[in-house]
Amino acid sequence: MPLLDVRELTLHYATKMGDVHAVDGVTFAIEPGEALGLVGESGCGKTSLALALLRLLPDNAKVLGGQILFEGVDLLRLPENEMRRVRWRGISMIFQAAMNSLNPVYRVGDQIIEAMQTHLNISYAEARRRVAHLFDLVGLAPELMDRYPHEYSGGMKQRAVIAMALACDPKLVIADEPTTALDVIVQDRILRRIEEVRRQLNMALLYISHDIAVIAEVSRRLGVMYAGNLVEFGDTVAIFQRPAHPYTLALMSAFPSLKGEKRRLRGLPGEPPDLLRPPPGCRFHPRCALATEVCRTQAPPYAEVEPGHCVACWHPQHRRCA
Amino acid sequence: MSPLVAVDSLTKLFPVKRRVFALRVRHYVHAVDGVSFAVEEGEIFGLVGESGCGKTTTGKLLVKLLEPTSGRIVLEGQDITRLRRGPALRAFRRKVQMIFQDPYESLNPRFTVFDTIAEPLWIHGVRSLAEREARVAEILAQVGLTPPETFMFRYPHELSGGQRQRVAIARAMVVHPKFVVADEPTSMLDVSIRAGIMDLLLGLRQELGVSYLYITHDLAVARYMCDRLAVMYLGKIVEVGPTEEVLQNPLHPYTQALIAAVPVPDPTYTRAPPEIKGDVVAAVNPPPQCRFLPRCPRAQDLCRTAPHPPLVEHRDHGVACYLAGHG
Repeated sequence: MPLLDVRELTLHYATKMGDVHAVDGVTFAIEPGEALGLVGESGCGKTSLALALLRLLPDNAKVLGGQILFEGVDLLRLPENEMRRVRWRGISMIFQAAMNSLNPVYRVGDQIIEAMQTHLNISYAEARRRVAHLFDLVGLAPELMDRYPHEYSGGMKQRAVIAMALACDPKLVIADEPTTALDVIVQDRILRRIEEVRRQLNMALLYISHDIAVIAEVSRRLGVMYAGNLVEFGDTVAIFQRPAHPYTLALMSAFPSLKGEKRRLRGLPGEPPDLLRPPPGCRFHPRCALATEVCRTQAPPYAEVEPGHCVACWHPQHRRCA
Repeated sequence: MSPLVAVDSLTKLFPVKRRVFALRVRHYVHAVDGVSFAVEEGEIFGLVGESGCGKTTTGKLLVKLLEPTSGRIVLEGQDITRLRRGPALRAFRRKVQMIFQDPYESLNPRFTVFDTIAEPLWIHGVRSLAEREARVAEILAQVGLTPPETFMFRYPHELSGGQRQRVAIARAMVVHPKFVVADEPTSMLDVSIRAGIMDLLLGLRQELGVSYLYITHDLAVARYMCDRLAVMYLGKIVEVGPTEEVLQNPLHPYTQALIAAVPVPDPTYTRAPPEIKGDVVAAVNPPPQCRFLPRCPRAQDLCRTAPHPPLVEHRDHGVACYLAGHG
């Protein structure tokens, strides 16, 4: 049984101008201990999806359909007091802009201890010992737990926030762009640390990023989101070697690279669609070079192009680039 | 022929007051510390490094948004370092423009696209409305906002991030500058939009014959954009040379670490960890030795006793390291 099984999840935000179709019919699963990547541009729904998994969506969000099965239990039907038990112990999250998610007037260690004492039945002394261990795990000196956030550098805060996400030994950690504001050398260390910790503790990881190179390094399987849809999903190596969706291919050719021949980039024409009025048919069709009549009118089926590699496209690119 | 822009021993110190009632400032952040380089006509010169290395301060010094503590900036043979006011400064402002990082903050929300782009024309003496309209329409077409009539009277909130950045570029280019400082012009934009903006800037160089100082933290972007590249660390240029040369054969241990830390978009590739110790420290009253010394994996006795190494030519590029070229 997968650890997390998301089925046909659809969620909209109600706004004065109408409904924003943020996530539409997204289906995927995460196995225990697996590192799964989710890649897409801003506004594609990846953060909304993450917040939905923890039921931390803002008040104007409406889940219109689907299931989120965590260890077989549908989180969408769970009463709030039981959901609270899933957060931190079942699923925890490393937020985007983690630098700002520490309370400046509390010692860093105490913030983590507070979370532990709320969710685990342990004494203060025991919690302190655990924090010291976690600090060690993420590469921070345990003495730092009695310091305040302003005494930390950006990279140190990020590590503290990772330690906090690990505080209650969760089965799944969601990391939403945890290194986006950091310099490359710090990013490299954080990525290595996350991977090490994940292996040691055998946690599952859902890593969300707009950076396809980071996703290539952290994930074994990956999903590509565009305009609220999951457009491609499968083994990371398979997707990089045989991208089937034109958007995935475009994402890969839109990034300059340090390695290999210097090549011209191919940016996509146009802009991502306005999700107040998503285009009919395939949402990518206005920017797609392969679009035909059927793409403009009917949503594409989400189907396998090879075992475990699914794509939502009328004209999937079979094994074009090997 | 002399270069378009020549920068000589440029230094900018920012005072730090440790105590509120301190009578004298005793501490300085050495944001830019003795930086020298030249940008040729039509060239794109890149400045790369991590946050806090002084690359943005250098950019602001070059457009005179900041005054240097010491050093010289020469534009087309004319020393503009001490330019304060008058027609000479006005002429300088027309020749040198800047594109900022965040198009959500660099555009006045109460100005239409036309107001934003026409304002520099007015300042530089284009008083005829018809001419301003023609020039704005022309530059809008050049930055890819076509047809121009549909964009001229829109406000920034009606535009996407990529369109806003195109407006910011149009505003900088409308006075036909010789030299443009572009400070991370794509880092706030979506991935699929970035390539278009980079190609636009490359195209404008050909069409308008403009040179850029291109500031970025992203080495892959620098590789795509720049002819030559300077790597900065704590206010100092540690390596400079032709882009491919610097990126393929880096000689400074910091450049090597930076390159090694960049994720590779190939899931079958296993990247070795970069060789570098510790974290970046603030450049407040730095010791006289090599700035990179505390983080250098290869430091020798010489590095601990000698002053910060000068930039020395090795195989086509300049490196500030005593050990470069030895093994």
